[in-house]
Amino acid sequence: MNKIEISNVTKKFGSLHTLDNVCIDLEQNQFVTILGPSGSGKSTLFNIIAGLLKPDEGRVLIEGEDYTSKTGRVSYMHQKDLLLPWKNILENVCVPLVLKGSSKVEAEKKALEYFKLFGLAGFEKSYPNQLSGGMRQRAALLRTYLFSNDIMLLDEPFGGLDAMTKQKMQQWVLEVFKNLKSSILFITHDIDEAIFLSDKIYVFSERPASVKAEFEVNIPRPRDNDTLTSTQFNEMKKKILKLF
Amino acid sequence: MKKLKNIEDKIIPIVFFATLILIWEMVSRIEIVPTYILPAPTTIIKTLITTMPKLMEHAYITAMEAVVGFIISIIFAMIIAISMDSIPVVRKAIYPLIITSQTIPIITIAPLFAIWFGFGYLPKIVIVVLVCFFPITLSLLEGLSSVETELLNLIKSMGASKIELYKIVKIPAALPSFFSGLKISATYSIMGATIGEWVGGKNGLGVYMMRVKQSFATDKVFAVIIVITLLSVMILKLISFIEKKSMPWIYGNKK
Repeated sequence: MNKIEISNVTKKFGSLHTLDNVCIDLEQNQFVTILGPSGSGKSTLFNIIAGLLKPDEGRVLIEGEDYTSKTGRVSYMHQKDLLLPWKNILENVCVPLVLKGSSKVEAEKKALEYFKLFGLAGFEKSYPNQLSGGMRQRAALLRTYLFSNDIMLLDEPFGGLDAMTKQKMQQWVLEVFKNLKSSILFITHDIDEAIFLSDKIYVFSERPASVKAEFEVNIPRPRDNDTLTSTQFNEMKKKILKLF
Repeated sequence: MKKLKNIEDKIIPIVFFATLILIWEMVSRIEIVPTYILPAPTTIIKTLITTMPKLMEHAYITAMEAVVGFIISIIFAMIIAISMDSIPVVRKAIYPLIITSQTIPIITIAPLFAIWFGFGYLPKIVIVVLVCFFPITLSLLEGLSSVETELLNLIKSMGASKIELYKIVKIPAALPSFFSGLKISATYSIMGATIGEWVGGKNGLGVYMMRVKQSFATDKVFAVIIVITLLSVMILKLISFIEKKSMPWIYGNKK
């Protein structure tokens, strides 16, 4: 069974036709990327999957159950870290657990298990403004993970970081999720990032966005810096670039 | 170098202020202006000390009226601002009314309140509420609606209810703006109480001020002004203190 199945989703905002008949599947333990130009409605799709927006047509199935316009099942991570400035890192990552009804003590106990893995050990009591951009994104990622550890939606999570930090974060994400067994739906407009991280890439067209092409990325894992200059990588990149 | 500059920054205004006081003292001493019009600073200080017990009595009443009115305004402002923020119809209905009500100079309706509510504490407290309510409500409202939509959506997507959304996101986000509103109103509160007392009553700095003014005791008028200023500063300092304590993420976390 697919973790997420989006079938024939269409969304219009007034006369603005944003999504047109979008179909996407996310299988268990897969890393699937939606690649498309900025402003093509990728984030709208995430709002629909998260249940914040109601699609005009189509359905969102999560593990076979209909979650169209229902919140509370999957959350997403944004390009901005969107951490709450008035809560320290530990309190921030605990927000989803507390909202789900855990006590503060339980939530903190569970969250603390992951601080080392997410490279945040020692910063539990720091406020977000005392952390670097990369660390804030890792904290945001941990928060998303604690909310729904089986499925994660990541909306250009490294879009706001400088190129070097971004490269490091990509490596780190691959490393971390090798162990965590999450299915990930990822949005980006960066072709290299898409190929480097994904098992499957959906290429979106300009507005109204629809799936223009679908690629399986068969580059073996683990991937590292050498992957970025391999023949397979470049061939894949050529194929995708032809579409634009 | 930096330290030196800091000292300089402090010394220059102090020296300037002291010079002004000195000139004032001289103008008064050599009677360029008669002392019953402009008493010398030293005379004012002497009067302040000798009339201190009496001033304290009146100051206590004024402060009490101001604080009670101020607290009532905060409670009202919270209720109104949150309902305006969460229910668009309420916002549309009330907003123009609040703005218009503020164009009425408070001093012109103070006598009306004396007729309606008598000469006790009530009309004074009502005036304090009227002057304080507006800045607190507006600043709180502005703070509540300043939250990024993306942040709200994110917390909503985690299944937060409307109440949880206010508790976790909106109210903490509104704090900085709320406190700047409080600081503006704090000084208004003492002023509001004093204006209320001018109209009539038995006690309070405003009443006392009117009394000494009638007998041309200018030095006493100045003494009252000093006490009123000190009261305002004290309330302001208290609010700044609470502000720093309640927002450790801005002012450093010393818990």
